[in-house]
Amino acid sequence: MNWSELDTWIVVTGGLISLACALPGAFLMLNRQSMLGDGISHAVLPGLAVAFLLTNSREVLPMVLGAAIAGVLTALLTQAVQRLGQVESGAALGVVFCGLFATGLILIRVASDKVDLDADCVLYGSIETAVVDVGRVPRVTLISGGLLLVNALLTWLFYKELRLVAFDPALATTQGFNAGAVQLGLVLVASVTTVLAFESVGSILVIAMLVVPAASASLLTRRLHWLLILALGFAGLSAGLGHLAAITLPGWIGAKLGQPGLGATSSAAMMAVVAGALFLASWGWSSLVKRFATRKPEFSAPRHC
Amino acid sequence: MKLARSILLWGALAGLLGGLAWMVSHSDGQAGHESGVAGKSLAGTALEWPSRETIRRVLSLADHNTRAVATGVAALGAAGGLVGTFLLLRKRSLLSDTVSHCTLPGIAIAFLLAENAGGGRSLPVLLLGAAGTGALGMALVAAIRARSRVKDDAALAIVLSVFFGLGIALMVVIQQLPTGNAAGLANFIYGKTASMTAGDARLILFASLVVALACAALFKEFKLLCFDFEFARAQGWPVTALDLALMGLVVAVTVIGLQAVGMLLVVAMLIIPAAAARFWSHRLGVSMLLAAGIGAMSGLAGVAASALFPKLPAGAIIVLAAVFCFAASFVFGAERGLCQCWWQQRRVSRRVARQHLLRALYEWCEAHADAASHGPGSLLDRAVEAAELRRANGWSEARLKGLLRTGFAERLVSWSYSGSAIQLTAQGKIEARRATRNHRLWETFLLRYADVAPQHIHHNADQIEHVIEPDIVNELEELLAAREGASLVPANPEQPRAGVSGGLGL
Repeated sequence: MNWSELDTWIVVTGGLISLACALPGAFLMLNRQSMLGDGISHAVLPGLAVAFLLTNSREVLPMVLGAAIAGVLTALLTQAVQRLGQVESGAALGVVFCGLFATGLILIRVASDKVDLDADCVLYGSIETAVVDVGRVPRVTLISGGLLLVNALLTWLFYKELRLVAFDPALATTQGFNAGAVQLGLVLVASVTTVLAFESVGSILVIAMLVVPAASASLLTRRLHWLLILALGFAGLSAGLGHLAAITLPGWIGAKLGQPGLGATSSAAMMAVVAGALFLASWGWSSLVKRFATRKPEFSAPRHC
Repeated sequence: MKLARSILLWGALAGLLGGLAWMVSHSDGQAGHESGVAGKSLAGTALEWPSRETIRRVLSLADHNTRAVATGVAALGAAGGLVGTFLLLRKRSLLSDTVSHCTLPGIAIAFLLAENAGGGRSLPVLLLGAAGTGALGMALVAAIRARSRVKDDAALAIVLSVFFGLGIALMVVIQQLPTGNAAGLANFIYGKTASMTAGDARLILFASLVVALACAALFKEFKLLCFDFEFARAQGWPVTALDLALMGLVVAVTVIGLQAVGMLLVVAMLIIPAAAARFWSHRLGVSMLLAAGIGAMSGLAGVAASALFPKLPAGAIIVLAAVFCFAASFVFGAERGLCQCWWQQRRVSRRVARQHLLRALYEWCEAHADAASHGPGSLLDRAVEAAELRRANGWSEARLKGLLRTGFAERLVSWSYSGSAIQLTAQGKIEARRATRNHRLWETFLLRYADVAPQHIHHNADQIEHVIEPDIVNELEELLAAREGASLVPANPEQPRAGVSGGLGL
């Protein structure tokens, strides 16, 4: 294994994006909207396609705008279908994001001679080629850093509101906070994060990083600030270990299977896999703790029924 | 009645679509005659319009391959609709999304194993691998849900993203293999109906038939499972095994749909037709058949489109056709579509408005009866100045106007000779007596038996009186007959009576 400057940039970029996703993701998970991340990552496709068709370029601003509109549209349409049609929330989300994704696929295919956009790049991303920017800090790294800063700032500013809405939306409403507006803002942040991240790492890492670190952390603590801190830790750890696994594992396994000379695999995908492994670890740890914790009452005073 | 309306609507939709298709084919012919470069239409997009001959061949299913593929995909759509209805009722629609993403590592692993064994790529092996990891992912979701405090939706998202990540990592490795011909694997992600062979289609048809048969055989059990899980368990049904069977069917539909619609959109076949059918019927059997029909139609639309426009992704067309059916059902559905709900709401609010107007008129006449000593028969003959009626009831100008419009439209009230006063018609008198009677019966009941304070009964009665059914009115009458006497309209219990309220100083 030879570690180059490129590898460092991959880990730094992946880590920054993972951290940026983990913050809104934690609140999405607490709001029980985890699958919305998956929905948004599919549904931004038509937004991107329309932005491309209108501007004929891959400028960041129209792309982000298109994706943000598509993301919010997903959330609003889902709510409309759910309320007006009395459709169960999961099914409503499924109908909306499938419809939007299919529209996006068709738009891209129809205009493929004009637009240099492939649905594959939305799914996989290519962090490996995105960081090639010889001699200076890569553009995607700067974007990811800015994204993390903005998300951290927003979380810090609206911490009280987000916490209240996540744990008791009804109380938040009676206290004068607009729970719907807070949730919509969260969706907005999540969709902007998704689109800024997909360019470099693909939507699969975004879906994973929105939910998996936060879920792993939620198994270990009941306090919200610890949950956020642990989630950030898990996200950073998955980025580092994920890239390490991506460049070492294929060669190692290939050698065992008699296929020498296999190169690295997708770093973003392996980051998602490592995040899953960390989730399994913290699940195991929390079950162990629970098992030992529940033995205690044997030695305590007998209960009176 | 409802069925007739549904048939009419669907007929209209089909006619519309047919008309569109006719127009498209004709405009194509003209454009071809004029310029000869038909591909430059539609604002410069590169979509090649098919020739009329192609359209004829596709629509008449002249090709053997098209016929086989159309049958297979339609069967898949029908199977998806059947299983999806149960899934929707179990509130687990998004589970299909997770399962479909979980199939990717299975396909990759099966491919790697087959390559290693030297057997090459064969569809059944790949699908077997897909089914294996799909089932594994589903089991993992169930385990996380049962054994940790992670919520349902988070469990779905975790398994989905991690398995899909693993799948992509494996695919990237496969693309590096010197021997690996991985070109076909990408078709599983987006689906490629056009490249399906008749053999593949027969496999899909056969598997879909098996799924449909299983649904039919276990219909009663699944119905019980979906509507009352706890009851089913208490009755001694093997609910866990049944749940597993249902989830197995979900995995089956997902796996057989991979080739036709692709991994990312096969979930639509399980969710959308079922959700659309629910707008048409509350009966499970009917809504399942409808879902199967919508799924099959969407499949056919996708196959036709992909045969006509090879450039378009067939999976996306299938999904869009299903979404179109969903949108139509959402608006026009006979059971809970928007139009139906709006119509019913309008009918109820009209009835309420009518009863308010009639009772207001009755009570005004009653209050002013002693001033002009009319007999009981002509009690309701008096005309009321509209402005006075409005003042007495505290209505706004607009509300009075709305109420009167309803009253005039149904010929319950008419203008008196003076022109500014209103009067009950003969029909209106009957209705007014009935409305007032219902209201007072209910008020009396509340006062005597439900321990409601006298100050509140009017409001309570106002809310309920419009929805009480005739048999409840009969029951109330019997209940109250002994005390209140058998008068046609009981006296207003809200009126202060000497004995009751005198002491309170009201």
